[in-house]
Amino acid sequence: MEMHEQQLRLDGNAAAGMFEDLFVHDVTSARGACAACGAVGEMGAQHLYMTPLSPGAVLRCTSCGGILMVIVHAGGRFRLALQGLVWLEMQDAAVAGSG
Amino acid sequence: MRSLDLAVPGWPGHRAGQHVDVRLTADDGYQTQRSYSIASAPSTDERLTLTVERLDDGEVSPYLAGELRAGDKLELRGPIGGYFVWEPAAGGPLLFVAGGSGICPLMAMLRLRQAAMSTVPARLLYSSRSLEDVIYRDELDRLGSTGSGVEVMLTLTREQPGTWNGLRRRIDSEMLHAVAWPPAEQPLIFVCGPTPLVETAANALVNLGHEPARIKTERFGPTGG
Amino acid sequence: MGFVSRAFKGRPRDESRDARLPPGQYLVHDFPVLSAGPTPRTSLAEWTFSIEGEVDEAKHWNWEELRNLPSETLTRDIHCVTKWSKLDTAWEGVSVDTLLEGVETAADYVMAFCDGGYTTNLPLEDLTGGKAWIAYAYDGQPLESQHGGPARLLVPHLYFWKSAKWVRGLRLMNEDSPGFWETYGYHMYGDPWLEQRYSGD
Ligand SMILES: Cc1cc2nc3c(=O)[nH]c(=O)nc-3n(C[C@H](O)[C@H](O)[C@H](O)COP(=O)(O)OP(=O)(O)OC[C@H]3O[C@@H](n4cnc5c(N)ncnc54)[C@H](O)[C@@H]3O)c2cc1C
Ligand SMILES: [Zn+2]
Repeated sequence: MEMHEQQLRLDGNAAAGMFEDLFVHDVTSARGACAACGAVGEMGAQHLYMTPLSPGAVLRCTSCGGILMVIVHAGGRFRLALQGLVWLEMQDAAVAGSG
Repeated sequence: MRSLDLAVPGWPGHRAGQHVDVRLTADDGYQTQRSYSIASAPSTDERLTLTVERLDDGEVSPYLAGELRAGDKLELRGPIGGYFVWEPAAGGPLLFVAGGSGICPLMAMLRLRQAAMSTVPARLLYSSRSLEDVIYRDELDRLGSTGSGVEVMLTLTREQPGTWNGLRRRIDSEMLHAVAWPPAEQPLIFVCGPTPLVETAANALVNLGHEPARIKTERFGPTGG
Repeated sequence: MGFVSRAFKGRPRDESRDARLPPGQYLVHDFPVLSAGPTPRTSLAEWTFSIEGEVDEAKHWNWEELRNLPSETLTRDIHCVTKWSKLDTAWEGVSVDTLLEGVETAADYVMAFCDGGYTTNLPLEDLTGGKAWIAYAYDGQPLESQHGGPARLLVPHLYFWKSAKWVRGLRLMNEDSPGFWETYGYHMYGDPWLEQRYSGD
């Protein structure tokens, strides 16, 4: 099978299950600012590189391709790297009400 | 293709567009996990429907679409994802673009729109290999023909019945230009399916002048289409 | 947590305890593509390979110069940290020994760096003595970009993430320092026979 890198790309939304292991709030609808280019967007709208065989999940900025987050779930632990985000803003579930 | 109706005691309900992660465990302890969109409309009856397209060389879909029997138990996590969702309050007009099993989360939105008696106009452009591959064909026929404010356009990329006078190629910019609401109407756009289709459609929509922030995508991965 | 899914086998996992299969690995017959980002596209006209860092004098090759160096063909087994192994993969490339000829250095470590920003760290002695190559052909064909072409580092005795795709050079270092996956918890060395998958293993 011919495979191209774009075909391996998913949306940040596909990481929602893993985010649930790490955060109380839904991260796919959280907004964040890219440390590399300043773009602000919802995490679910960013590019996710993750396949069943990947060593980890890499979330990249749709504007500049810079890395926003890396999550490695392996060896019985999660390691979460957020250096590519200046900030991450989640809706307070108690206020947002839905879910 | 197979739809799975699941009874999930304690299911908290979901929002249209959300998915579940299904985890399978072999008897030697090997585990793997895949995401499947919830195709049923939000409800309170602790049931939900997934529709799985079988990929012959896949690991999980042949099991879910073949081996699995009524009464078997599945390990699910969900509902998950708060990004690729639509609620009637979000309004429209709505443009849905789907390829293959990418129709599933959009079906949940269309079903919710009906159930909530929303009058938001909606258009669906749906690409399948052949008429047999069109998931929810009868329901889409009904939706598109009852004056419910939903327009359904199918494109068949590989095989068309002799009488077919509809679209017969992969989704491209020209097709989207013809089908999409003009950018000035600020449609809310949901694109879902195999990654190559999603990338083509989303790029074409941006080039046609639609605001990227109003285009939500859900890439299913390398396959299908 | 979790129960057995009736009749679920998963992708056929050939776990025949072939003596060539390190612990915890299973055999695959296809060649999975793993990717942490988009595939970089550098034209061969702009491509260079460098040896730099703690060396008396940095060295550079363009594509043509690299291709004119003596090459070797080799067949090796490869082992991915995500548990698949592939036997008898056939490569062609330039031995790192050839590239290091005449390079004066006191460094003990190397950071391989790549187009797209990927890096991985290795001890220098794991790249010398006929253990590592800059590979540009796989199975008799130019290495496809999805598998790291035009050229990737090939260090088959370590887990395959050390065999950096799209490699553009080696930076020699006096101290070890983590590369991309190593920063996120993978092992600094990565010996598949010792199952050195994650830091602390
Ligand atoms: C958010 C989300 C929602 C989804 N919803 C649905 C849905 O409602 N319905 C549905 O049918 N599907 C859905 N999918 C897709 C689904 O999760 C699976 O990807 C799909 O069922 C295929 O799984 P599989 O195990 O059968 O195939 P896999 O074993 O994962 O293989 C898929 C294909 O890719 C190839 N492949 C896989 N990995 C590699 C690799 N590393 N290198 C080279 N080739 C590779 C395989 O050969 C095969 O052709 C969704 C995906 C996402 C992310
Ligand atoms: Zn950015």
